[in-house]
Formats: sequence, structure tokens, C-alpha cells
Amino acid sequence: MLQQIIDRRLAGKNKSIGNRERFLRRYQGQLRDAVRKAIDKRGIRDVEQGEDIHIPKRDISEPTFGHGAGGAREIVHPGNQEYVRGDHIERPQGGSGRGGGSGQASDSGEGEDDFVFHLTKEEFMQIFFDDLALPRLMRTQLAETPEMKSHRAGYSNAGTPSNLSVIRSMRGAISRRVAIGSGSRAELLALEERLAELPDVLDAAQELAKKEIEERIAQLRARLERIPYLDPIDLRFRNRVRLPVPTAKAVMFCLMDVSGSMDEARKDLSKRFFILLYLFLTRHYEKIDIVFIRHHTQAQEVDEENFFRARETGGTVVSSALVLMDEIIRARYSPTDWNIYAAQASDGDNWHHDSGRCRELLTESILPKCRYFAYVQVADEEQNLWEEYARLQEVQKHFAMRKVTQPSQIYPVFRDLFKAEGAAA
Amino acid sequence: MTTIVEGAAAAAALTAEHPLNLPPPSASRRRLRRERSLPQAPLPAPPRAEHPLPDQSDWTFELIELYHEKIRAAAERFALDTYPNQLEVITAEQMMDAYASVGMPVNYRHWSYGKEFISNERSYRRGQMGLAYEIVINSDPCISYLMEENTTAMQALVIAHAAYGHNSFFKGNYLFRLWTDASSIIDYLVYARNYIAECEEKHGMQAVEDILDSCHALQNYGVDRYHRPSKISLAEERARREERLAYAQAQVNDIWRTLPKRPGRAGEGDEQKRFPSEPQENLLYFIEKNAPLLEPWQREVVRIVRKIAQYFYPQRQTQVMNEGWATFWHHQLLNTLYDEGHLTDGVMIEWLKSHTNVIFQPPVGHRAYSGLNPYALGFAMYTDIKRVCEQPTDEDREWFPGLAGTPWLPALHHAMRNFKDESFIGQYLSPKVIRDMRLFAIVDDEHQDHLRVSAIHDTQGYREVREALSRQYDLATREPDIQVWSVNLRGDRSLTLRHTRHSNRPLHDSAQEVLKHVARLWGFGVNLESVDQWGDVSSHWSIAPPEHSLS
Repeated sequence: MLQQIIDRRLAGKNKSIGNRERFLRRYQGQLRDAVRKAIDKRGIRDVEQGEDIHIPKRDISEPTFGHGAGGAREIVHPGNQEYVRGDHIERPQGGSGRGGGSGQASDSGEGEDDFVFHLTKEEFMQIFFDDLALPRLMRTQLAETPEMKSHRAGYSNAGTPSNLSVIRSMRGAISRRVAIGSGSRAELLALEERLAELPDVLDAAQELAKKEIEERIAQLRARLERIPYLDPIDLRFRNRVRLPVPTAKAVMFCLMDVSGSMDEARKDLSKRFFILLYLFLTRHYEKIDIVFIRHHTQAQEVDEENFFRARETGGTVVSSALVLMDEIIRARYSPTDWNIYAAQASDGDNWHHDSGRCRELLTESILPKCRYFAYVQVADEEQNLWEEYARLQEVQKHFAMRKVTQPSQIYPVFRDLFKAEGAAA
Repeated sequence: MTTIVEGAAAAAALTAEHPLNLPPPSASRRRLRRERSLPQAPLPAPPRAEHPLPDQSDWTFELIELYHEKIRAAAERFALDTYPNQLEVITAEQMMDAYASVGMPVNYRHWSYGKEFISNERSYRRGQMGLAYEIVINSDPCISYLMEENTTAMQALVIAHAAYGHNSFFKGNYLFRLWTDASSIIDYLVYARNYIAECEEKHGMQAVEDILDSCHALQNYGVDRYHRPSKISLAEERARREERLAYAQAQVNDIWRTLPKRPGRAGEGDEQKRFPSEPQENLLYFIEKNAPLLEPWQREVVRIVRKIAQYFYPQRQTQVMNEGWATFWHHQLLNTLYDEGHLTDGVMIEWLKSHTNVIFQPPVGHRAYSGLNPYALGFAMYTDIKRVCEQPTDEDREWFPGLAGTPWLPALHHAMRNFKDESFIGQYLSPKVIRDMRLFAIVDDEHQDHLRVSAIHDTQGYREVREALSRQYDLATREPDIQVWSVNLRGDRSLTLRHTRHSNRPLHDSAQEVLKHVARLWGFGVNLESVDQWGDVSSHWSIAPPEHSLS
């Protein structure tokens, strides 16, 4: 009794997506922690990857009633080699000889095996963005490439008059006129030949034929004349499509205070701040250089590893970093070739005579060369650096600053940057 | 039970897991069909085929139909009575989807299925797990999934195994006929999925998830073991729902009536009435009908989980029989086709290799050992029944006087129809199978320092091994016996469950967690007492009433 064979292969897979979503939703807390840890470990450039997530099996087990160890039971096993009735066997360590009912129990038991699964890149970024409280619109912008460039893409038969391609349209019109009139024109030619062949002196019948021919000729001429010289279907417009393009190259300066007061938590906040700017830049530029400058009383250009790990003690002179940045710009990143972005993180602590100098440096040499300069202070109390910078913020449009004590407060620092971008796109 | 997995270890692992992880079978007819009268012997075979069927390894639809037709004809000669077959070709990804939704083509959404899917997918991608070659669903028509990757020979094996082996078991075995309704299960699952989706929309995902979690924790205790479930069609089910919800709510309210009794009848109220009047084994049913604070939609969700658990109940009791039957018949049918000249040697070698893997039983102590392989045991037992009928020895005449020397086909069908694992083993496990598999029983008693070998494959031991194995497959001993004991009607409304210890085996620690779920459903405090064989309460768990009720 074969009712039918059905080919279900095209019926779509991923029926479990809904279940997977529910699973991720349920373990949001763990996932967030895992993502946080992963971000700590990763370099800024490697943020956009999936991640293997480990969740302790205990946390995701579904409890059911089951038998525990103890009591008496009799279990049948196959493959007896040596035992005879009444033999005593040492009890295996670690508990129960397993049997029918114990399978479930041991599943939910204390096994420290983790439940491991892979979070895709999209899911990973989703959680990262959640953490930063990015607004929805922002996410789509970050997730896509908003920079568009228009390219020629042949011709289309609809468009604005300004894009009309006269040559193409006329060429089309000629072909159309030739094609439509070809039948009539051939007939006309034939009739004219016949007319020419007629003798000069005509009898009555020929007279009649001549008249008919002439009428027909007139008809055909009229028809040919009615063929429009230019018809709406001839019109061709230059077609352009907008394609996303990473436009150019950018350099991102990460400036961070590494004096003693910057603890791990503050550095972690700073890292997120840098990551967010980096992500933004990757959407817009083909090539991005990152320059890490750390400073206490002196500034130093370092690699990423040393940037986040190393810790120094001593005072703080912020201007040292700005001076170094300026030098590097002069030496390697000419503002005419590079889009310069800078992100500075500090706990606001600075040698008090230095803050005024910082402001001067920024106004005079750095800000004119930068596309955007963002500053976060990862501590609450306002000191002289904050005050000086606050004066800057009033006059400089591409300077942004913010106090940040939680990841979700980072985003507003870039608000203007993203807003401007949204408008441009 | 319904999967053939590469390698017996994998098969055993699959079957040993949570019962619901197994792709299911099941269903019941409105009335038990009368058994068809069986031929005493297989019908005569047609003349030997001139050419074997084509054996290219890539299958085509024509080829599947060709093979199916031959297998069908052979199955008919052996009087295998089946639901109509619907073969569905699916991809590996779809197979994993099917795994995740307990083998069913549709199911409601829940995170635990997502978890299942994620872990299957991972182990599959890492090559730690072979996918089942097939899944078969106890529905009418009976749906068997064929995997795209299978070769022609494997498709033939799957058709014989699933579409004729399992299918005839679903249709014939008394448990399935009593408890499940093959014709309505797919409809019911569609209804369940839509209803749960509706609830998620109305009441929020979290609320629905909470209820489902709690119900899943109790789903093994959501089955009627002795009553027959009512069987109504989907349309009736829908029509009755509204009525039922309203009525149930009224009933619940009645139980919890707080109005004072009329003075004239005061005398009746004095004597504390016990509720429930006798212990209830179906916890979910009891909760559905009596939990004071559940809202109507929550009761319906409880009911859905309970109904689905009931559908799977027969499968959990017939692992050995069901797999053994299907394995026996693919072996029998394909060998028959070979004898009649339909199969080439290549096809034979290919499916036999797979067959050998499936029935491999690693001995105890072996690296791959994870308990008895139900395929191996079942196959050995059915094969042995046939042997006892055809070539009985003196021993068989003594052990199976009613079986030895009788026609094998009716005997085998009888063994398939009227037993479950426990009784099947108790009835049919022969000394020869015990010897062949070298079965032995070990007693593990916490009061003894050592494990003791209580019986092996010798004259004194046969009966004991058989009894022990039969008990091992008895659900009542495998799962703790927990029943609703009482409800404190006049005080704090707490619910008391009672665990009756079997062989003094205690409950696993997860009981406390499960109890939280019970409390969530019940809405008030919950107690669980574990009672030993002398009737004393030996351990006790309790959960305070949840802070706020289910919302």
C-alpha cells in the first residue's frame, strides 16, 4: 500500500529556528557574559566573529523525577565472560552500574561537561549591541554599508528627461522606422517599377491599372508618412545604480590613560568605546589603520596587546599623548589622504597645568585635521580636563565627550557622528 | 525506537535517552479492529525473477517505487498489515529539524527543542554522530522519512524496516491500538502548535514558556496507565474546548468554595473529607482539573502536553519489541527478495553491513557498552521464536510447550500484537537467547559492600535472568512511583505527593527542582514524601508557595 512518495527536500529547512531563538532568549544572561568575556579576549579588529558559547550542563538540564543512587536493584548485562552465580564484584567507583532508569538521572547529574554551541557572527553582534544599548536605526546602519556610489548601468526605458540619451533614442527610432516600414516600402518600390514599365500610350485597361497603382502608391506613401519619427518607446535614458562602496582609508587613533587609577573595569569600558568607533569605521572605509597611544606622564605608541594589558603608575600628562598623535599625523597620515578619527579615554585625572594646553593643542593642531574626536571619561568626578574639554564642545561640532560608567552610556558619545552619517546616506 | 542509527552504540545512546527524544510512533482506532485471520504459512512465492532489480547506488524515484513494490508484495505474503505508506524524501538538515521536534513533522515551539537541535547539529557537524537513516511516524498514512544521502540499497532497507516493520507494529500492537490514534495525531499537533503560538501572542512568551517547562518536568507523570483515553476528532476537540475551559474553571472553583456551610448542614462539614478520595497517578491530569489558580489557557496547555505524553507512552513501553520487529522484518523481507532473485549481491552486502552494525551488542565492559541494545535483543528474540516453531529442541518443548512446532507466522504475529516489552520478555526470552547473549544479572544493594552476581546463563539462572530483565523493562520500576496523595483543603491548600519506594530506591536530587515546577502549576505549597517499604516517610521535600501566582 504505497500512498505516495513525496519529495520534501525543497520544503525548507530551519524549521527549528524558532526553537533556537527561544533557547537563546532563555539563556540571554549567560550569553551576555560569554560575549563580554569574548570581547575582552579579542582584538578590536576581530570583534566581528561568531563565538563558541559554553553553558554548564547543569544550568540547562530539565529536571524530571528519577531514581538516585542507593536502594537495591538487579540489572541484566550481556556478554558474561567469567562470572558464575554468587560471585562478588568490587563496586565500580563513581556509582551506579547503569541500567534502564539511570540514564536520565545521570544526564542531569553533576557532570561538569559544558553544553557548547556556536553563536553566529550576527547573533554575537546582536548581543554586543544590546549591551551598548544601540538604537535600532543605528544597528542597521552598522550592519549595512550605507556609503553609496552611483555607477553607470547601461540604459533603461524610463527615467528623467535630464538623463535622456539622445543618440541612443534616435538610433532606436531609426531602427524602428526601418523595421515597421519595410513591408510597405518594398511594395511601394515594386509598384513604382511597374508604373515605370508601363508604355507611354495606354489602352483603357492599362489606364485603369495605372490608376489603381497610383492610388495604391499614394496609400503606401501616406502610411509611411504616418510612421512617427520619434515614438515614446524609442526613448532611452542613461541608467545609474547606487552601489555601496567603502570609500577610502581612515586612521583611528586610540588614546588611553594608563596611569595607576585606570583599573581593569575602566579599561574594559574604554575598550568597548574603541570597538564601537572601529565598527563604525569599518562600514565606511576600505582600509583602516589603528594607532594605539597610551600615556601617563609620557606618551608611547604601542601594539594592541600592550595597550590594554600594561599598567603604569605615576602622574598623568594628557597633552603628551596629543603631541605624539600630532607628530604621527604629520609623519604618516596626511589629512589629505586619510580620514582621521580619534577616540580618547581617560579617568579625567590630569596634571592641572596641562589641561589648558590640551585644549589649545586640540583646537589649533588636531581638531582641524580630524573628522571626529570623541572623548570619554570613565569616572564620575569632573576635574579640570573635563572643564577645559567642555569649553571645546561648545564651539567644535566634531568634538564629542561623555562620562561613561556603563557600557550602555558609550553610544551617545558617537551620536552626532552616526546622526550625520544617517543624514548623508 | 524508530531510528536506525549507524552503529549500535549510537543506537543505544539514542534509545536510552529521554523517551520523547525518539521519533515516535503511535495511535489508536476508535474501536479495536478485529484481528485479521492469519495464514498459517507465508503465501507461495512467485517464480524466480529473471533479472535482479537495478542496483546503481544513486536512487531515483522510479527505483524507489520499483523496490517498494517488491517489498510490498513480499510483506503481503507474510501478512504484514500496515497503514498506507507515505514515503518522504528529506535532506540531512531536515532530518535534524525532525530530530529536534521529537521526530514529528510539526510541533509547538519550545526552547528545549532548540537545545536539542543545537546539540545534534553540533555533534553531527563534528562527525560524532551519524544521523538516523530514517524516522517513521505512527500516523495514518504512516509517514517514513528517507534521507537523500542514502544509497538505493539503504532506501530499500529503510522501506522494509520502517514502512513495513514499524508500520505493521503500530497498526498491530495492542498498546498502540488502545492508546493512540494514528489518524488524528498530525492534526492534533498542528492544533497544539497553533494554540501555543496564540497563547504566546496573547500572554507573552515568558508566561507560556514557564508553563511548558513545568509541564515537561512532569510529562512522564501525565499519562493514564489504566484508563483508556477518550478519542475524539479534531473538530470535536476544538468545539469542546471552549465548553471545557469554562466548565473546568467552574469545577475548580467549586472545590475551593470558601463560603461557609449552611448552619443546618454543619455536621457534614466537620468530618474532614479527604481529597482526592484516592491517590491519583496522573499528576498533570490532576493539576489540569484541580489546580486552583491556573487560568483556562494554562489548563489547555497542560492538557496539550499531557495528550502528547500519552501518545508517546506506548513507545516507551515497546522499545525492544518495536525495534526487534522492524529489524526482524527487514532482514526477513530482504532475504526473501534475494532468494527470489530480485536483489543483487552488492545490494545484499550493503544492507547486511548496516544491519550488522545495528544489531551489534558490545559486551559489558566494552568501551562502547551502554546497556542492552534493544535492536539486538529484539531481533534475537523474534528470530528465536521462529526457530522454536520450526526446529524445536527438547529444551524448547519443555519451556514453550504451546509454541514449539506450531506454524511460525501466526506465532510471531501473536507475539507482536499482545505484549509490551516487560511481558514479551517475561514470556518469550528463551534459554538459548540467554546463552547466546551471555546474559547475567547483578544485584546492587546499598547495604552490601560488593555487587553480587545473582544469576547467569545456567539451568538455575534462566528463569531469574528472565524475570530480572522483564522487570528492567517495566516502566513502573524504571520510573519512581509518585502519586497525588492529598490536598490540604481547609488549611494552606498545599498539595502532597507521595513517592512509594520500590526496592528502597531513593529519589534523585532533581526532585527538589521538579517540585518547584509542581508548585508553580499548583500555585500553593507542595510537599513530597518518600515512603519506604514499611510505610514510613523516610525523606521529605517541600516547597513554599510561590510568591505570586502564575500570571
